[in-house]
Amino acid sequence: MNIEEIVRKVVEELEKKPKPDHSPKKQESETDIVPFSEEREKGVKEPHNASAIERAQSITPARIGIGRAGTRMRTASYLQFRIDHAAAQDAVLKDVSDSFLHDMQLHKLETKAQDMKTYLMDLDAGRQLSEDSVKWLQENGDMGMDVQIIICDGLSSSAVEANVKDLLPALMQGLQLKNISVAKPFFIKRSRVWVQDEVAALVDCDLVISLIGERPGLNTDESLSAYMIYRPTAKTVEADRTVISNIHQGGLAPVEAGAHLSELIGQMLVAGCTGVSFARKNSLKS
Amino acid sequence: MVRLSCVIKGTMYSFSSVKDVLAKASEAKSGDVMSRVAAGSSLERMAAKVVLSEMQLKDIYEHPVIPYETDEVTRLIYDDLSETIYKTIQSWTVGELRNYILSYETGFDQLARLSRGLTSEMIAAVAKLMSSIDLVLASQKMKYEAHCNTTIGEEGRLAFRCQPNHPNDVPEGILYSLKEGLSYGSGDAVIGINPNVDTVESVKRLLTMSHEFMEKWEIPTQNCVLAHITTQMDALRQGAPVALMFQSLAGTQKGNEAFGISRELLNEGYDIMARYGTSAGPNFMYFETGQGSEVSLNADHGVDMQTLEARSYGFARHWKPFMVNNVSGFIGPETLYDGRQLIRADLEDLFMGKLHGLPMGIAPTYTNHMDADQNDQEIGGMLTALAGANFYMGVPGGDDVMLNYQDTSYHDDASLREILGLRPLREFEKWMEKMGLMENGKLTSRAGDLSIFD
Repeated sequence: MNIEEIVRKVVEELEKKPKPDHSPKKQESETDIVPFSEEREKGVKEPHNASAIERAQSITPARIGIGRAGTRMRTASYLQFRIDHAAAQDAVLKDVSDSFLHDMQLHKLETKAQDMKTYLMDLDAGRQLSEDSVKWLQENGDMGMDVQIIICDGLSSSAVEANVKDLLPALMQGLQLKNISVAKPFFIKRSRVWVQDEVAALVDCDLVISLIGERPGLNTDESLSAYMIYRPTAKTVEADRTVISNIHQGGLAPVEAGAHLSELIGQMLVAGCTGVSFARKNSLKS
Repeated sequence: MVRLSCVIKGTMYSFSSVKDVLAKASEAKSGDVMSRVAAGSSLERMAAKVVLSEMQLKDIYEHPVIPYETDEVTRLIYDDLSETIYKTIQSWTVGELRNYILSYETGFDQLARLSRGLTSEMIAAVAKLMSSIDLVLASQKMKYEAHCNTTIGEEGRLAFRCQPNHPNDVPEGILYSLKEGLSYGSGDAVIGINPNVDTVESVKRLLTMSHEFMEKWEIPTQNCVLAHITTQMDALRQGAPVALMFQSLAGTQKGNEAFGISRELLNEGYDIMARYGTSAGPNFMYFETGQGSEVSLNADHGVDMQTLEARSYGFARHWKPFMVNNVSGFIGPETLYDGRQLIRADLEDLFMGKLHGLPMGIAPTYTNHMDADQNDQEIGGMLTALAGANFYMGVPGGDDVMLNYQDTSYHDDASLREILGLRPLREFEKWMEKMGLMENGKLTSRAGDLSIFD
């Protein structure tokens, strides 16, 4: 690709996706706008060591060094907390975009949760594939592989869109380097962790891993978890699953997570188990 | 023969079993709707309450919601029961039990005795006939003390767990949050870190770090890393300093299996703590429970969430814990839909835990996919503090950046003491005075500054 070609593509991209315009209207002068920094307040009055507070805020996203008004939070910190809660509540209700799935070449399956309310209030609906999706998987799934990767929105579409782009290739590459056979990944809309049991049975794989959006927090709505289960059966319990959580840019970075997970899956396939049994086997070894 | 029908406003209501009456007499909660055990209408709920109020305690005793033969939680509850005390009250109705609990003549001594003769289902049953003020008044009568390194539950004192979590377990980040919490007076119940990585190495590192910090600053408290109990046991065997051992519990054997635990495993953990733990004791276990865990694990056996929660307390009391923390609200809207259901659950759980004789604390929590907000949480906190909870959590700014939920903040901790005129635990208050953080029960100008530890 030459320079002109690249520029043309970039311009095309930019035109396709107009950014929502939240910028202040032209006629408003700057003095009409209420300034709000959206940064952690440095609210401690006459701190013993101001640089320690600076350092503390740089090393953890926790709301510390914010000071107090009596025993209460100061106004700016209180409002920031409520802003972050409002944003997290809004994040639950968004869907993973079709363009993202298209770019990632992920086929979209569905669960029995046909709307958001059913999904939030009825766990079972989000744990079972719809009839159409079962049929699709039976006809199109890669059968009998070592590993099946599935992408689930869970409770945060933002987590999927933010991490899967980096995580999935790293994970696939890691597994392929170990000569582990991997079925073609797909996406399941409005799905919960346990849907992986049904998927495993349908595609007859040894291990299934779900990359699933966690419930959004105030600090980030981009946190993703990986749940792994070896050959689930009707007797499978929660403690049989291994989970690696907090995958996001500010936590376990997605590329790093991909490498770590492929390593772990390699060990699990050898051990023939996941969850507490796997952890115990590992700790006995060490 | 148990009577299972009644006529209300000209309509006959019939129920199929004691279990069915218990479920339908529960206040409305989404988790019971999801598992299809809730009352179908408001009047049916009242009819169930009427039938329950006339039920004798022996009807409940003879019909545990899950049979003795098939469930080890039921077995432990029955094996630990005082037959002598039970025999004196077996012919009481649940309605009479409520009147007895609330009457002027019944104080702490009577309730402490009664406690040992009640199964968890009986305790759940009477809570279903109680309003918010009933639950607060009755809870106030019961205050259970326990001792690890500090004494928790003393009259006039309110304790907090400092919960300094970091999304990546970065030790320096955890230490800063810990310092901030201590400077607000949070941490006298325990310094309790939730690890993001549940491996023995990582847990050992956090245990050692928190232990060394306590030693260096001579802080009278206990440390705990809230990994799975098997990980903590391995860390302990390898010499890590553990003052308090943690585990989540459920109210059914199947629920506990899902958590990867059993009565036998808890016995093993308890024995290892007695042998290798660093604390004075005699109480060195810390349990967490919450309405809805069983139904979200498909381990509910068609029993309502509140009754199962009571059974977790019946299970927990066997190991004489230092703390039992209730985290109803941690799961989501499929179990507790909104702030109202959450506050009701908090009040029920505090009462039920206390009537089991437990040193109870409450975490009025909410997640971001629930229809609840900070205002609901603060109401839940104030009401349960009024009702005499032993402790709460302390999370920086109320936002747990690792577990992604909201809980009481360091600010809320200090505020709850302030509102009710309560002090930190005795030994810890002295430490705060020594550090210049508190005078006459009030925070000084130094409080709230993490850099005083520099």
